[in-house]
Amino acid sequence: MNKWITIRGPRHSYQISIRTIKVIIYLLLANAAAVVLCTSLGSLMIPPLNVIRTLLGIGDPSDFMIIFELRMPRVVIGMLVGSALAVSGALLQGIVRNPLTSPDVIGITGGASLGTVVFILYFSQVSIRYMPVSSIAGAFGAAFLIYLFAYRKGITPLRLVLVGIGMATALTAVTYMLILSASFTPTAVAVKAFTFMTGSIYGVSWARDVKTLLPWIIVLMPVALLYARHLNVQELGDDVAASVGSAVHTKRTILLIISVALAGAAVAIGGAINFIGLMAPHIARKLVGPAYGGVIPVSALIGSLVLLLSDLVARVAFIPLDIPAGVFTAAIGAPFFIYLLYRHRNGS
Amino acid sequence: MTTIQAQGLTLSYGQKPIFSNLDVVVPPGKITVFIGSNGCGKSTLLRSLARLLKPQEGSILLDGSDIAKLSSKEVARRLAILPQGPAAPEGLTVHQLVKQGRYPYQSWLQQWSREDELLVKKALELTHMNELAGRSVDSLSGGQRQRAWIAMTLAQNTRTILLDEPTTYLDMTHQIEILDLLFELNEQEQRTIVMVLHDINLACRYAHHIVAVKDGQIYAQGKPETVMNEQLIRDVFDMECQMSTDPLFGTPLCIPYGKGRKLELAAAATASSAR
Repeated sequence: MNKWITIRGPRHSYQISIRTIKVIIYLLLANAAAVVLCTSLGSLMIPPLNVIRTLLGIGDPSDFMIIFELRMPRVVIGMLVGSALAVSGALLQGIVRNPLTSPDVIGITGGASLGTVVFILYFSQVSIRYMPVSSIAGAFGAAFLIYLFAYRKGITPLRLVLVGIGMATALTAVTYMLILSASFTPTAVAVKAFTFMTGSIYGVSWARDVKTLLPWIIVLMPVALLYARHLNVQELGDDVAASVGSAVHTKRTILLIISVALAGAAVAIGGAINFIGLMAPHIARKLVGPAYGGVIPVSALIGSLVLLLSDLVARVAFIPLDIPAGVFTAAIGAPFFIYLLYRHRNGS
Repeated sequence: MTTIQAQGLTLSYGQKPIFSNLDVVVPPGKITVFIGSNGCGKSTLLRSLARLLKPQEGSILLDGSDIAKLSSKEVARRLAILPQGPAAPEGLTVHQLVKQGRYPYQSWLQQWSREDELLVKKALELTHMNELAGRSVDSLSGGQRQRAWIAMTLAQNTRTILLDEPTTYLDMTHQIEILDLLFELNEQEQRTIVMVLHDINLACRYAHHIVAVKDGQIYAQGKPETVMNEQLIRDVFDMECQMSTDPLFGTPLCIPYGKGRKLELAAAATASSAR
């Protein structure tokens, strides 16, 4: 078969499908185009060529400020948050062997939102650098509770999804209650919290947001990719995974930690952006098949692309209004979820 | 030669004991078949031999070393088990599935060595799955799908292969196809094969060694032609039958009594042979 490229050295060897490489290249190009588009469009239009020239460092200094200080941080955050949510969803779907799962559907994003809102409301004097810690703590708290309630001599995927949906609703309710009942809250803080609940990457900056999120992504993404082969055998069922010598429970716990941490970190900066974690892995599987070595990078690129485009529409469609990007991911995502439910109606 | 030897196995689900203080030895290089009625513990026994279930007491020796003390990768290089009714994710190709059998030999850096490639190819050849390698597993027929899973366990390159009811849900043609394949693997490669089968007559035809399990105890074990008799069927399966000989293979053939149409000729023939 010549559909694979084999890379071999004295101490390393990999097999990569040519199709996956092609898809990744196309998606990189699409992402690059989206970056240029997102940077050029806005209340002040900058021609795409000027954007490219500025990015290459040979552009007009007058564009520099808008591009580098206003639009680029937002684009970079869009890519980081989108890919983190997508990979978190891909891992979660593999862990519970259920394609209808994602961190927002089963309440992990809800937990992260609660963690972040608590931070915004009560710890606003603490450095923002610690906001992801609060979000991730919330995400883990939610994951733990879902696990606890869904556990009955093991975890059945359906039970996990049902408990998770309940948990997601409950957590959202609690979060809104907190925002509304904190009477001492200045209106500005409340508005910030509300925008956060829809998911928005409005007004992000290099120093605060990119610097906060980037380390998490840089650490977690490669680990996720390294764990792809463990996820591949887990998808064949616990017995088969154990038969080929995988330490099923340890690997599953680590995978869950990576997934929850990615979702938590993304939510800390981007807010409760829905449905990317559900959609991106599906599209990825359609493009490159179910093996995780391909699904993880491709999901990341799709998640990034979807959030960039959603945010672009949110930003330019109603100028001068800047709508939260989460509104648009939900507008695409909700019908997609219904389509999935419809397709899986006869399955498990 | 690999052997599995279980000593004093005791296992229970919650309060309900499945078996207690059970000894069993699997002869190397042979086909061993566990038979017994539903819920007698034969699948549980097979699964605990493959360390998928942890017995409360007793030990399982693989090549003389305690399976509990070996690393799970080490065990996976010596023994593979194909559980009952495994399911592959949607869209996974046969080739991708068979590759997973190489997991115990791989690491972060080594994910597709020359040996991996060679053994995956060989597994596909042995199971006659070469031409279907690019197809997705969920698009295959029941028999082909089972062959794909067997190819995965073969890629694991273990001396011993355990299979939990590999022929269940397959029609007669595919049952024979799978059992022939396993028989060939045993003949040509001297792999030790241990499996649970429901069909007593096919068990007698393919097994060198048969283990009859009743209520969590080994009722009898040995060559089918020496251990199989009407008394065993009565005690183990709670069924009356007449033992005969397979006209094609000469192996024991169990013909159950019961209701059903009786043709004059057949009745007469039975009567004359009984005399």
